[in-house]
Amino acid sequence: MLAVKSLCGYYGQAQILNDVSLDAMQGEVVALIGRNGAGKSTTLKAVIGLEARRKGSVIFDGCEVIGKPTHEIVRMGLGYVPEERRIFSDLTVEENLAVGRRPPRPYTPQWTPETLYALFPNLAEARKRPGGRMSGGEQQMLTIARSLMGNPMMLMLDEPSEGLSPKIVEQMASAILRMKAEGLGIVVCEQNLHFAKLISDRAYIIEKGEIRYGGTMAELAADDEVRNTYLAV
Amino acid sequence: MEFLFSQFLTGLASASSLFLVASGLSIIFGVSRIVNFAHGSLYMLGAYIAYSLVEHSGLGGGNFWIALPVAALGVALLGLLLEVTLLRKIYHAPELLQLLATFGVVLVVQDAVLMIWGPEDLLGPRAPGLAGAVRLFHQAIPQYDLFLISLGPVVLALLWLLFHRTHWGTLVRAATHDRDMVAALGVNQASLFTGVFTLGALLAGLGGALQLPRGAVSHAMDLQIIVEVFVVVVIGGLGNVFGAFLAAIIIGELNAFGILVFPQMTLVLTFLAMAVILVVRPWGLRGKPQSLAHGAAVAGGRVLRRLPPAAGKAFLLVAVLLLALPWLGSGYALNVATEMAIYALFAASLHLLSGIGGMVSFGHAAYFGLGSYGAALAAKSLGLPMELALLAGPLTGALGALVYGWFCVRLSGVYLSMLTLAFAQITYAVAFQWSSLTGGDNGILGVWPSHWASGPVAFYYLTLVVCGGSILILRHIVFSPFGYTLRACRDSEIRADAIGIDARHHRWLAFILCGFFAGLAGGLFAFFKGSVFPDSASIGTSVDGLVMVLLGGIQTLTGPVVGAVIYTALRIFVSTYTDYWRAVIGVVIILLVVAFPQGIVAWTADRFQAWRAIRPAVKTKEKAA
Amino acid sequence: MITFSVRGLRKSYGGVPAVREMDLDLRPGEILALIGPNGAGKSTCFNMMTGQVVPDAGSIRLFGRELIGLKPRQIWRLGVGRTFQITATFASLTVLENLQLALISHHHRIRALLARAGSLYRDEALALLRLVGMEPQADRPCSILAYGDLKRVELALALTNDPKLLLMDEPTAGMAPRERIELMRLVARIVGERNICMLFTEHDMDVVFAHATSIMVLNRGRLVTRGSPGEVRDNAEVQAIYLGSGAVYDADAVKGVA
Repeated sequence: MLAVKSLCGYYGQAQILNDVSLDAMQGEVVALIGRNGAGKSTTLKAVIGLEARRKGSVIFDGCEVIGKPTHEIVRMGLGYVPEERRIFSDLTVEENLAVGRRPPRPYTPQWTPETLYALFPNLAEARKRPGGRMSGGEQQMLTIARSLMGNPMMLMLDEPSEGLSPKIVEQMASAILRMKAEGLGIVVCEQNLHFAKLISDRAYIIEKGEIRYGGTMAELAADDEVRNTYLAV
Repeated sequence: MEFLFSQFLTGLASASSLFLVASGLSIIFGVSRIVNFAHGSLYMLGAYIAYSLVEHSGLGGGNFWIALPVAALGVALLGLLLEVTLLRKIYHAPELLQLLATFGVVLVVQDAVLMIWGPEDLLGPRAPGLAGAVRLFHQAIPQYDLFLISLGPVVLALLWLLFHRTHWGTLVRAATHDRDMVAALGVNQASLFTGVFTLGALLAGLGGALQLPRGAVSHAMDLQIIVEVFVVVVIGGLGNVFGAFLAAIIIGELNAFGILVFPQMTLVLTFLAMAVILVVRPWGLRGKPQSLAHGAAVAGGRVLRRLPPAAGKAFLLVAVLLLALPWLGSGYALNVATEMAIYALFAASLHLLSGIGGMVSFGHAAYFGLGSYGAALAAKSLGLPMELALLAGPLTGALGALVYGWFCVRLSGVYLSMLTLAFAQITYAVAFQWSSLTGGDNGILGVWPSHWASGPVAFYYLTLVVCGGSILILRHIVFSPFGYTLRACRDSEIRADAIGIDARHHRWLAFILCGFFAGLAGGLFAFFKGSVFPDSASIGTSVDGLVMVLLGGIQTLTGPVVGAVIYTALRIFVSTYTDYWRAVIGVVIILLVVAFPQGIVAWTADRFQAWRAIRPAVKTKEKAA
Repeated sequence: MITFSVRGLRKSYGGVPAVREMDLDLRPGEILALIGPNGAGKSTCFNMMTGQVVPDAGSIRLFGRELIGLKPRQIWRLGVGRTFQITATFASLTVLENLQLALISHHHRIRALLARAGSLYRDEALALLRLVGMEPQADRPCSILAYGDLKRVELALALTNDPKLLLMDEPTAGMAPRERIELMRLVARIVGERNICMLFTEHDMDVVFAHATSIMVLNRGRLVTRGSPGEVRDNAEVQAIYLGSGAVYDADAVKGVA
């Protein structure tokens, strides 16, 4: 579904990503793990076209997307939820969802405000409330729901657990697993290993802009050496 | 009483057309974050196009009512073209350069209007069907005014419906908040921007065309309306249409009644109202706090480094050349060099305030003008010799900055910029209207240097020493603890506060310091020209300063000086060859912004660094070969 | 001896209470964690202590001196160092220049026009950078640092005024697990060596349970409980409102238990 090959990304003069390759299928959750500044966010931004300068190849749904503007890539069915929530704070919950609305596409899970309110019950209670007056956890749910309104085939989430209380993180994990059960492919950047373990099928470890490890989450959890080298707790 | 009522209605009628133009500017700013100087030009074009349609279309009778929508649509089309061909290319350039590019458009349109419609004011016909008056409380109220009064709320309501009841409106409001996020949700940003800009242009064109029955159409309409519209938009709160409506009424009424109370001081009244409102509500009546990162964006995270030793040699060479100039060049060259040196100091003082301090001033001419008048009045009215009168220049500049700065440092971002512009306009208005002191439009003549400095060579050396020395002092300040503190307040006010720094206080000191040096430049300019005119405090002079700083590169120290030299040379050169020098300068500004979004010096420095980075690699390869 | 004490602190926004009746004491060597659900009032509480938000009622004292009514910059001068949740450094200054400026301010020389700032307090600044492991990057501008490194610069900045109290707002947010542990170990060491005290907010329970000497739990602006990490972890109410089932943190890593 999503195949990234030898992706290089630049920020100003500096090269941030070096030959990043990874792939993700429909209906699976893939975690991209690494410290801050390792290149996780930049990878997602380069894929979606928000990082201006990029080289390499990104095949999504059979098409090369390098060179396409962001909105066209999103319209092909690749959703993106950035790290700093970025709610439209003056718009109500309903209006926030409306901005993300796109026509349904065949063979992909379809979402309406009603099904999303069922997935995130907190949002249902606040339909008419401005996004800026929601708590951190509710905003994180809204930003995911907003991207789901585009009926994507695959969703990229940048650190969905950041800054949330443990209880909300658990709710987030179960929502992600329900999205996966609907058939959505999910790529998630994460630093919280506990959370990554709960949701992911496979994982990549990224360090200094390079992929250092790729395997199933179970293998990673069992491999003390890899964990000590890259993630040591 | 009845007379006051009719005056009140006149105020409301002006408020309506002001609101039309202001709402367009506000909407454009909301989405694109571009302070569109060219909005006044679109307004002016609306008026001129409507005039031509009425006069030359031969439609007969009711043709004003046909000309009105056609002119508005024509301007909308021009706006669309402008967005697609120019603005779209610079959305990722720094905000200030975008502003500069729109000012380039202002210059081009000014000369285009001059070329097509000529320099004379044009008078249109009254609006057919509404040419009469209605008697209300024994006063004759023009029917057309009543039409305008009702139009304002109708447009406000339509805009509200558009933004709150349509999907497109929701997208625009979302983009106003976070445009990249809108793209990440699959919305085509480019076409959204084009749509918004076209809508804004339509409103500006309509506002212009509506003026036709009310008064003469002139080529000074653009800057006149843009300043008023800036005031309205800022008082209302940037990006807020309802706020613009309220503010338009306040300004419309203030003008209508102000002219009864202080007929000579109407301009001053408007800007004083703005200063007071902004100090009480720093984000305008209905605005929201802008992101605090505005000042930080000026620096773009670029570190100022002291120059490498090699640059010291280059500096010495330049100094020797400058000192030898009287033997190398003609008297004309000396004249040009003197002017360049004065503008270099002006630009350097603006750079300390805007580049280092992060307080982008749209009105630096205020201090230049105050310095000019201070020095000229000291020489002419007090009869002081040049040496003492020159000292009066910087002192007047610093005093002005002390007062104006006190208000300005309470604001930030675009609001601060607009307030600096307002103060410069107050200064200009006083210089223009207080003719018993300043000679008004006729200026002050016969401001001559002392005997020893009256020759071109002596005055050149005087200017070179004063300006060169001042620029070196400004440069030293940047690397002093005070300069570090100023840069710190620009980068992160909240962190500065957390390490014991009173940002507001420091910014105020910076204002006074920069006012001092701008005043010094102004004083020298007065003696250089032998005269002073209100122009020295005009928007044009302020923008000249900004162009110099931005062309050279706001993130470097050498940039403003290089920018001043290049820009002054360009202006003198072009104006000797063509009457339409404004248009040429405008085009050059636009091209430079598109080609060097970081400024010329920063661009050169980056190329130089890249070249240095490659060179060792090449050398080792050569060795290996 | 009590370094820092808060009594009856209250704050409402537009009639909605954000913090109601908050008390706490801090003694030298103590590391107190402030935790609770999003929107519980932690940030409001924190910002009242740093002087950014003015409380409606109550008292905040440092060595008996009232802090309410003082500006953040005045509180800093009394010996309170702080870090920000979203790092706030001077992006266009180098790491070293950031530290030098803070030291210049500490020595009351920010208004000097003649001195060359680059040569002032250089050794002191480098010593602080060495302490937080940032000396090798001293000449890099803060605008290009990795986020974890910025957090360390923030810590160094917080130490420039020789503080008696450190206030850290989510000190490890946005860092990788290993960096979190390293940073908190460093902070704990500094607190111990200098015999000062520290208060922090945090969502990473691994960090909280491993380093806090005591924990306060807030919910809806009210104190739920204060206790040792072990007590708080086993508190049923805290589990219900905040900790959840324990699936997303290492429940065994509680200080003194593991």
